[in-house]
Amino acid sequence: METGVLTAFTPWASLGGGVLLGLSTVMLMALLGRIAGISGITAGAFALVPDGKGFLAEGGWRVAFVAGLVAAPMVMGVFGAGEIAQTVPDNLPLMAVAGVLVGLGAGLGSGCTSGHGVCGLARLSPRSLASVLTFMASGAVMVAVLRHGLGG
Amino acid sequence: MRALNGFLSGLLFGIGLVISGMSDPAKVLNFLDVFGTWDPSLAFVMGGASVTAFIGYRIVLRRERPAFEPQFQVPRTSGVDRPLIVGALVFGAGWGLGGFCPGPAWTALPLGAPGTLIFIPAMLIGLWLGRSTKVNALVAGRLNHV
Repeated sequence: METGVLTAFTPWASLGGGVLLGLSTVMLMALLGRIAGISGITAGAFALVPDGKGFLAEGGWRVAFVAGLVAAPMVMGVFGAGEIAQTVPDNLPLMAVAGVLVGLGAGLGSGCTSGHGVCGLARLSPRSLASVLTFMASGAVMVAVLRHGLGG
Repeated sequence: MRALNGFLSGLLFGIGLVISGMSDPAKVLNFLDVFGTWDPSLAFVMGGASVTAFIGYRIVLRRERPAFEPQFQVPRTSGVDRPLIVGALVFGAGWGLGGFCPGPAWTALPLGAPGTLIFIPAMLIGLWLGRSTKVNALVAGRLNHV
């Protein structure tokens, strides 16, 4: 039976970080009038679905948004943030399958944890609530099977 | 100007992910592990983010238009359909497997863990497959909602 790495419960840091996510979401709506859905932004940034419009004209801010996400740890480092604690599963075939499933599911389901989770819940969208409850249940079942179900 | 706005929004989002602990897949997997090493932090992230966005959206969407675009682009579809649920089931399975969703995976990229470096290209392939499938189904008229 595979058990998880213990992580400390961080209510205040998580609440504060969550407020920043919310502020970013509001900022994007106030400035560019867009939903901060990372899977949709990623798809647009890489022009994964051609929409007939110019790539740079439509995709430019999305490329910049993804660049901002990637730059965050480095910018925090410049301002003296310490090392960022992280434990990424090191089973590479498993991570490849996980990546395909996350992308495929977000593509089919029109969004992920940010678009349906943060933005959709903030808009009180029944569609997004259905998505969030479904993917949380699905994720919990996957973890239960992996950690407690197989060979346990 | 649009690119600068996009970059700063993304940067703030990424900083929020790091501070909240969500760039660490172990915290996400422990949130999902209700019967094991449960860490409820993710609920606080979701709560803080959606309540902030709820209040902010109400203020912002009262305006006529965003600062740098002619109009707000908010999804109009509200019905629950099969691609939504199937997509969420598949997404959740991948999320529970790797502990990453798209935002945290991007922010974790410069930390350079091998698992992250594999996850990102796989996610892009999956996203392309998923979006293409949905677009094809739409064209074929089998869907009512996007």
